[in-house]
Amino acid sequence: MLDASDEGYVTEDGRRIGGVLMEMKNITLRFGGVKAITDISFDIREGEIRAIIGPNGAGKSSMLNVISGFYVPQEGEVWYKGAKRPPMKPYQVAQLGIARTFQNIALFEGMTVLDNVMTGRLNYMKTNMFQQALWKGKAEAEEVENREFVEKIIDFLEIQSIRKTPVARLPYGLKKRVELARALAAEPSLLLLDEPMAGMNVEEKEDMSRFILDVNDEFGTTIALIEHDMGVVMDLSDRVVVMDYGKKIGDGTPDDIRSNQAVIDAYLGVAHD
Amino acid sequence: MFYREAGDFKTSYEEDSQTFPIKFDRYRYYFVLAFAFAVVPFVINDYWVNAIFMPFLIYSIAAIGLNILVGYCGQVSLGTGGFMAVGAYAVYKLMTAFPEVNIIFHVIAAGGITAIVGVLFGLPSLRIKGFYLAVATLAAQFFLVWLFNRVPWFYNHSASGQINAPERTVFGVEVTGPNTEAWATYLFCLVFTLICAILARNLTRGVQGRKWMAIRDMDIAAEIIGVDPLRAKLSAFAVSSFFVGIAGALFFAVYLGAVEVGEAFGINKSFLVLFMVIIGGLGSIFGSFAGAAFLVLLPVLLKNTLVGGLGWPTDLASHLEFMIVGALIIAFLIAEPHGLAQLWRVAKEKLRLWPFPH
Repeated sequence: MLDASDEGYVTEDGRRIGGVLMEMKNITLRFGGVKAITDISFDIREGEIRAIIGPNGAGKSSMLNVISGFYVPQEGEVWYKGAKRPPMKPYQVAQLGIARTFQNIALFEGMTVLDNVMTGRLNYMKTNMFQQALWKGKAEAEEVENREFVEKIIDFLEIQSIRKTPVARLPYGLKKRVELARALAAEPSLLLLDEPMAGMNVEEKEDMSRFILDVNDEFGTTIALIEHDMGVVMDLSDRVVVMDYGKKIGDGTPDDIRSNQAVIDAYLGVAHD
Repeated sequence: MFYREAGDFKTSYEEDSQTFPIKFDRYRYYFVLAFAFAVVPFVINDYWVNAIFMPFLIYSIAAIGLNILVGYCGQVSLGTGGFMAVGAYAVYKLMTAFPEVNIIFHVIAAGGITAIVGVLFGLPSLRIKGFYLAVATLAAQFFLVWLFNRVPWFYNHSASGQINAPERTVFGVEVTGPNTEAWATYLFCLVFTLICAILARNLTRGVQGRKWMAIRDMDIAAEIIGVDPLRAKLSAFAVSSFFVGIAGALFFAVYLGAVEVGEAFGINKSFLVLFMVIIGGLGSIFGSFAGAAFLVLLPVLLKNTLVGGLGWPTDLASHLEFMIVGALIIAFLIAEPHGLAQLWRVAKEKLRLWPFPH
């Protein structure tokens, strides 16, 4: 079971989970009169796979948007790497090392797969516009250096053959994979996945699950994901947060969640007798 | 058959990311360059340079500039004429204020001044998009033309309200003023066009180009991977205006020699350059050249066939020319919305296999 000391814990399969990477403290988010998130607190530890689940409209995506800076919560604090994070723009959050994918793929359709993944390296490319206009020298060296890294990601996700294909021509499953590649190219310390397996068949889901586990295993990336497929969530994640109507109704290991009465009620409904 | 990439292997990422990765393309590019520098200057005369080569080269620079803004960064602009006017008046003021400085520096400085003005008028792009932004840039067009008409300081208080390019030389050869030679003005513009195209290509293939295209394709996703939309959009306006300003400076100083702002840089110019970009192909440097060539050559060709070949009266021919160009633009947009650059790509695809079916 959980050893929730600050030094982290060791999972059953022997992975070392570190201290708290990100902590949400009493987050409340309102849109006008509607409360999307009500007083939610949870933490994400270094190296773990953390799932956020809940029925439709529970506020999961809103939560992810709070983490990635699209929404600024009215109340509560976001702590990241041991410091309180002031309200910031999404691009500033990206520069802190938080990358994400979207529920409905947000790739750059007019660009090739390679260019899409290269955009993930933006924050590592520091040459100014004059150096780039000249190209030879610093800009080219930087381009090649980052290309080498990107090629590793491309190998890792097995999309070598579609490198130069415009993204608009790809099928759905591959697009999802390219989006993951773009997020990984940023070498994030926290990777947010918004329904990475939505709309996939069993085979594609298995592929994607394998990639998620591999990413976590090989790069040690901390992952927070939203997913509807319970089987996948229970298999992949180390700890799960359950939300319903904007409130947190459960938090713990998959086994805890499975036996949590509030969660069962939320998903199956409560008998009125 | 004529065209293949098989066997053309790359062993480094430098080679893979070059502008012309295929050997055949690369040699054709060198050939065109050699032809433009070593053959054309010796055979060129005043008619060719004034009717075809100079407008083609100068409009190419303007189209490259506008393509960076519209085609790469996705920000629609109808202010090209106004920005060209900024380049023209900037180079005029610099030429008359610092006659001892070489005109090359004046042209570049004029581009720089236009870049600053472009950034100012690009500020609304942070809040508005699409058609609304187009209307905002239209304001730039009318305001700038009005400004250069109404403030005498810009045209050095000349009685006619026109600006006239004084005579200036490069390496002892006159490139502006009434006594220029065809080959000199041609080479002067060619060098500027070539350098602008190379700079634009380098900017668009690297990290800056990816930032612009990311903003164009999906601004929310661009922000989430760390693109600052403010800097990306304003840098596109700056770079675009820089090229457009250089085009305006050359258009006035080298090509026309004397300019009345409302006539030379009116709204028609904005539309002309926008058509070049759309017909040539959005988001393609080659497309900028193709579009400029198309819209410069087409009227000349039509005039020669209708007036010279069929003996029609000049006024009838010029009316008809408007209609034909208009119809062609519409036909083009329906048949190939991605422009000449896309046609070229498709042709190359086909030529790889031709005449074999597989």
